[in-house]
Amino acid sequence: MNIEIEQQNNYQVVKLYGEVDLSNSRSIKLDIIKLIKSKNNVIVDFTHLQYIDSSGMASLVEAFNEAKENHTEFHIVGANGSPLQVLQLTRLNTVFNLADSVGAVTHNG
Amino acid sequence: MVKPIITVEHLFAQYGDTQVLKDVNLEVNPGEILVVMGGSGSGKSTLLNHMLGLKTPVSGTIMIDGVNIFTAKSKQLRHLRQKMGVAFQGGALLSSLTVADNVRLPLEQNTSLDTQTIDIMVRMKLELMNMAGTGHMMPSELSGGMLKRAGLARAVIMDPKLLFFDEPSAGLDPTTAVELDELILTLRDAMNMTIVVVTHELESVFKIADRVVVLFNGEVVANGTVDEIKNSPDERIQNMINRQPNTYRDDGEVYFNRLLDKDNI
Repeated sequence: MNIEIEQQNNYQVVKLYGEVDLSNSRSIKLDIIKLIKSKNNVIVDFTHLQYIDSSGMASLVEAFNEAKENHTEFHIVGANGSPLQVLQLTRLNTVFNLADSVGAVTHNG
Repeated sequence: MVKPIITVEHLFAQYGDTQVLKDVNLEVNPGEILVVMGGSGSGKSTLLNHMLGLKTPVSGTIMIDGVNIFTAKSKQLRHLRQKMGVAFQGGALLSSLTVADNVRLPLEQNTSLDTQTIDIMVRMKLELMNMAGTGHMMPSELSGGMLKRAGLARAVIMDPKLLFFDEPSAGLDPTTAVELDELILTLRDAMNMTIVVVTHELESVFKIADRVVVLFNGEVVANGTVDEIKNSPDERIQNMINRQPNTYRDDGEVYFNRLLDKDNI
């Protein structure tokens, strides 16, 4: 698992690579929540994410809730393959703001 | 070529003098739903118990994810068990805990996730099982179908790579049984789980199985796709499919030994 964070326009883009599971979901959550508490709008980029388990999804629900409380934006982009299926299985595709790409959010933002 | 996630080789098991598994060989491939089918006393539950490492065989090996479960060190086994989920026939919930506390138990015992994360995971799994809002209930308040679904929620709470399910639809009304079959297919498709189901329910077998292993008197008498099983010329299998009483009998000596076997009660 690898995580890269970079600024694009008014957003902090969190790029996830590899697999999010029980072993790393907590530290990813803490990284994202730290950005949100600093009043950043966050885009979590799933483009290169191969797998995410339900601890990862639950962590993103917590981050999304944090964003709501801080009145910041929280988006998930580029979901495909297994992570997209998990989003659909858990019906979190109806909860999160999903977009195809980082550009689709930053150009509208 | 795909490497099997489970390999059972030359497995022999017996209770007392009675052989209950006789040279069982099978493989389960990743992402596959394998159904072990057989009537009462066919040895299917014994096979499941051996796959779970709950019983030690007379001889033979079972490799799961590269680990020989009969010779593995306890640390290796613990690590392996975290990748395995088991849904027992009656749900096997702890009667003194609420549904939610039962479901969260594996996470509490095996992870250091925050309580809030665990709470969300439990709710997500209960939603998936169509049991939203039942977390506060005690197992004694649940119907048979709900007990099974709660047991399944606990079995998949850690997103196991491998799920074992004992008699998913036994004792359920037809609608609930169909729902549970759908759920098994969804878990395989969306979470890429490998699933081993032990059952005697034919509708379920034909709906969910990628491959079927038929056990009869402790022996594998068929191993193939649903179509291959349906078209098997084996009289024992056709009797099972057509729900005919099985007229096949052991030879006299096996029967005689069983009548005198002190453990066969």
